[in-house]
Amino acid sequence: MGGVIVYGSPISTCTARVLLCLEEVGAEYQLVPINMPIGEHKSPPHLARNPFGQIPALEDGDLVLFESRAISKYVLRKYKESGTDLLKEGNLAESAMVEVWLEAESQQYNPAISPIVYQSLVVPKMRGGAPDQAIIDSSLEKFKKVLEVYEARLSKSKYLAGDFFSLADLSHFPYTRYLMVTPYASVFESYPHVKAWWEDITSRPAFKKVSAGMLGS
Amino acid sequence: MAIKVYGLPQSNNALRAMAALNEKELEYELCPVDLQSGAHKKPEFLALNPFGQIPVVQDGDDIIFESRAISRYIATKYKESGADLLPVNSAKFETWLQVESSQFYPAISELNFELLFKPMFGMTTDMSNVEKQAEKLSAVLDVYEAHLAKNKYVAGEVFTLADLNHMPEIFLLLKSPKAELITSKPHVKAWWEDISARPAWKKTAASIPL
Repeated sequence: MGGVIVYGSPISTCTARVLLCLEEVGAEYQLVPINMPIGEHKSPPHLARNPFGQIPALEDGDLVLFESRAISKYVLRKYKESGTDLLKEGNLAESAMVEVWLEAESQQYNPAISPIVYQSLVVPKMRGGAPDQAIIDSSLEKFKKVLEVYEARLSKSKYLAGDFFSLADLSHFPYTRYLMVTPYASVFESYPHVKAWWEDITSRPAFKKVSAGMLGS
Repeated sequence: MAIKVYGLPQSNNALRAMAALNEKELEYELCPVDLQSGAHKKPEFLALNPFGQIPVVQDGDDIIFESRAISRYIATKYKESGADLLPVNSAKFETWLQVESSQFYPAISELNFELLFKPMFGMTTDMSNVEKQAEKLSAVLDVYEAHLAKNKYVAGEVFTLADLNHMPEIFLLLKSPKAELITSKPHVKAWWEDISARPAWKKTAASIPL
């Protein structure tokens, strides 16, 4: 048995981010499930991997990493001989754009989209509660403003960092995938270049495979 | 043409970019953006950063926004100048860069906004939000305390960009009534005392009008 070990859950957004990278580079890996409902992510063995008590974590021999965006970079660098270059670290201008749009995902896109997904999917399906429509509505307004920026960007370049697919595009997948199974998926209809970009990236075999393990597939 | 930083000298995120430039011993020109008059939402600025936020750095033909992308760009492009902020090879480095961004920053930036910036703009501090964010930050800093008991710097034995990215917010928090969140944790406090004694940081701190 070779390859790396991912501790997480195939339905988790952040675990999916890491699985996508592993699939893109064709790496051998094992997914060890962490049982969130019983609090396994807060158990001592998992806290030893991730002191913040979250999934995913990745083990590669003696090395343990956490934070899905950090793990993603680690995987892509480790397997760069595979021929899949999603970081462009050999070219400063290109790698700078990858970093800019990775940050945009983390600081602009994610804070707007994740409350919508949380309220409309996680709260009813996993917490047995009622969605807070006020939070959804205000997040949708924020999200539309973000999508305007993305629409303008994707009108000028095929992918976010340029005319090449990169980790920046990949990183947007997990939460967007979940938005698509909520009634709010229709928001993308007003942003044709964003919609086309989404259809393009989700046609990749790695995306189809990881998507199949997520909820609502 | 000099490196241009579009921002403000008291802005937490602009300071992240300037701290990196100072560590690399690079000259730059600070071009103030008048947020109060909405300059950041006007077309000329949106052409630099379509999200309408500071900072933006312009270096020759490269225009970079998002402060963590900026500090990494500077550390990479100017690797041979000043302090080397990038470790040779480090999973721990990438991990703690993300920890700053996803665990540390959300709580501390909101605390600083409530305690320092709201009063500056004549807005009322939400004390229940302050307590909520303080509790979150304290829990996060417990993890830092354990980590820094075993590591001199967040990415290991050497000062890196991962430490630098924390500095503006800590500087600001220490000017607020919640300074004890940092000073009550011995290893966090010792780490701050070490990194803030760096000459490049002293230069950055001296430029902050607070």
